[in-house]
Amino acid sequence: MKIGVLLKQTPDTETKIKIKPDGSGIDESDIKWVINPYDEYGVEEALRLKDAAGGGEVVVVTAGSKRAVDSMRQALAMGADRGIRIDTEGVSLDSYTTAVILSKAIQSENFEVLFAGKQAVDDDCVQVAQMTATALDWPCIWPAEHIELGADKKSVVVTRPVAGGIKEIMEMTLPGILCCDKGEHEPRYASLPGIMKAKSKPIAELKAADLLAGETPKVTWSGFRLPPERKAGKILKGEPEAVCAELVKLLREEAKVI
Amino acid sequence: MGNVLFIAEVENGKLKGYSKELASKAVELASQCEGQAYGVVIGESVAQAAEELGQYGVTQVTAVEGESLESYIGEGYAKALLDVVSQTKPQIILASASGSGKDILPRVAFKLKAGLATDCTELKIENGKLKAKRPIFAGKALVDVTFVSDVQMASARPNSFMVKQADVTKKAQVNKVAATTGGSKVKIKEIQTAEKGMKDLSEAEIIVSGGRALGSGENFKIIRELADSLGATVGASRAAVDAGYISHDHQVGQTGKTVNPKLYIACGISGAIQHLAGMRTSKVIVAINKDSEAPIFSKADYGIVGDLFQLLPILTRKFKELLGK
Ligand SMILES: Cc1cc2nc3c(=O)[nH]c(=O)nc-3n(C[C@H](O)[C@H](O)[C@H](O)COP(=O)(O)OP(=O)(O)OC[C@H]3O[C@@H](n4cnc5c(N)ncnc54)[C@H](O)[C@@H]3O)c2cc1C
Ligand SMILES: Nc1ncnc2c1ncn2[C@@H]1O[C@H](COP(=O)(O)O)[C@@H](O)[C@H]1O
Repeated sequence: MKIGVLLKQTPDTETKIKIKPDGSGIDESDIKWVINPYDEYGVEEALRLKDAAGGGEVVVVTAGSKRAVDSMRQALAMGADRGIRIDTEGVSLDSYTTAVILSKAIQSENFEVLFAGKQAVDDDCVQVAQMTATALDWPCIWPAEHIELGADKKSVVVTRPVAGGIKEIMEMTLPGILCCDKGEHEPRYASLPGIMKAKSKPIAELKAADLLAGETPKVTWSGFRLPPERKAGKILKGEPEAVCAELVKLLREEAKVI
Repeated sequence: MGNVLFIAEVENGKLKGYSKELASKAVELASQCEGQAYGVVIGESVAQAAEELGQYGVTQVTAVEGESLESYIGEGYAKALLDVVSQTKPQIILASASGSGKDILPRVAFKLKAGLATDCTELKIENGKLKAKRPIFAGKALVDVTFVSDVQMASARPNSFMVKQADVTKKAQVNKVAATTGGSKVKIKEIQTAEKGMKDLSEAEIIVSGGRALGSGENFKIIRELADSLGATVGASRAAVDAGYISHDHQVGQTGKTVNPKLYIACGISGAIQHLAGMRTSKVIVAINKDSEAPIFSKADYGIVGDLFQLLPILTRKFKELLGK
């Protein structure tokens, strides 16, 4: 089975975000870069699906700078077979143009299924996967967990967690996109032989500017800033009965939230 | 002149709370653009609830009905919305940043070549166009979004806007249209309800969350009891979820739900950056933790340093006395 994974490199979720003095973006100097956590679930599910299908190929696809190669190699070390990187150096992208270049880059690959993350933890846009699906005229399930290949290998059955603990069991005809949530499978660690092998696995390079074909971003971002600090709160002291009574009183009379 | 089209959501015949907020916002934005606010509701038997949008100043609502729309399917709902867009020709298209809203808008935005801002906490008109403010990096930073496109789209974070004073005498005019059915490549085979009566965390007004400190699923009962005494929804940290005390549906944080309640009570939760990411915009935060150095206290409006097993039953009793729940 030919399986693609949309993989974005994002800052580690522990990262303390700093803003450039002029507010034009974030200060990238002390950032530890990782595979977007949801995309890592995607890599794991892709590898499992390849096994379930009895073989095939897992290809990671990234639009990003040279720095992103490290994260792609990490996915290759987990077991993916090759990579395609669309170099974004010198072009500014939004979700729309990202979807344009991703869909163009994979059009000739004839993937049977494409994995993405539920969202990228940097821009939190929740847009690129659905837009890419729209560009390809493919179905897309967001979010998806518990992924199983149909008996005919031309469909998948997945669980879509919705609000309020409800789970929808859905069947999707392939090809299509699955946007991975944190499911029951923790992403595997790369083994030492895996890491060694990853070094020689191929990563093809394309240029974003070539794929854009005149398409331009639909939004611009400015005024990057930190959220206002919460002012220090009150620590209530005393006997349990007394502090609980005080808290209830404060929530009603001062904060007025109950 | 620019019109504002917004998606309102109906569940079990009732208008969602966040849809009332969005209706109020859409009316405000439309008046600033000298246009009209149009509602759209999609699904089975939604027309009646749609009339209620009139109470918030919406005069016209399109109800797209059809058996194929009984349950949410991205492709079908996006198509339904696109049909309404081609009739009403809006300048601005809005939805709530709910499970369906976040999934429909990108599909429609791509077709319309429209800019889209997700999970916005502020929406206004500037130079005749929509302008949005939204959190990024799970709320660790904020950014302003300016639109370059003719059509501007955004989803709004629940509990971000004021609901307009309802005028109960007013009803919106509802035009029913039938959904065009096409061969969908996605089918719902089954719907499972994991937990009866679980409320949606992302629209909850009060949340009581428990962390690793609870120690077992059995002990989580004291969190549920406290939540019941307040009519609140139960949340949890990832450590509690990973330990199996409660299901992932309850997880608040970077890899769980983003919540925006007026009151968030964190019990036995240390306040790791990924947990804060999901709840930092709560209006009032209460922390109960036995470690006075726990980072959660630096974000809390009110804190109690102590043993939750001792404190929570007392609090539950006091809330019950006050609220009679
Ligand atoms: C990629 C990634 C994503 C993540 N996503 C999330 C997420 O979405 N949500 C999330 O919550 N975490 C997330 N985490 C995990 C996060 O880093 C923390 O590990 C987690 O939030 C800790 O949960 P906790 O506060 O319950 O446990 P702990 O950090 O162990 O804290 C337990 C607290 O309970 C207190 N305590 C113990 N006994 C008592 C008692 N009897 N009475 C009162 N207090 C007591 C302790 O003092 C301590 O502060 C993520 C981590 C990563 C790497
Ligand atoms: N630059 C990118 N390269 C590859 N995949 C991407 C990129 N941006 C977004 N994606 C994919 O789209 C998903 C949603 O991203 P977003 O819309 O930014 O929240 C991510 O989890 C990735 O799977």
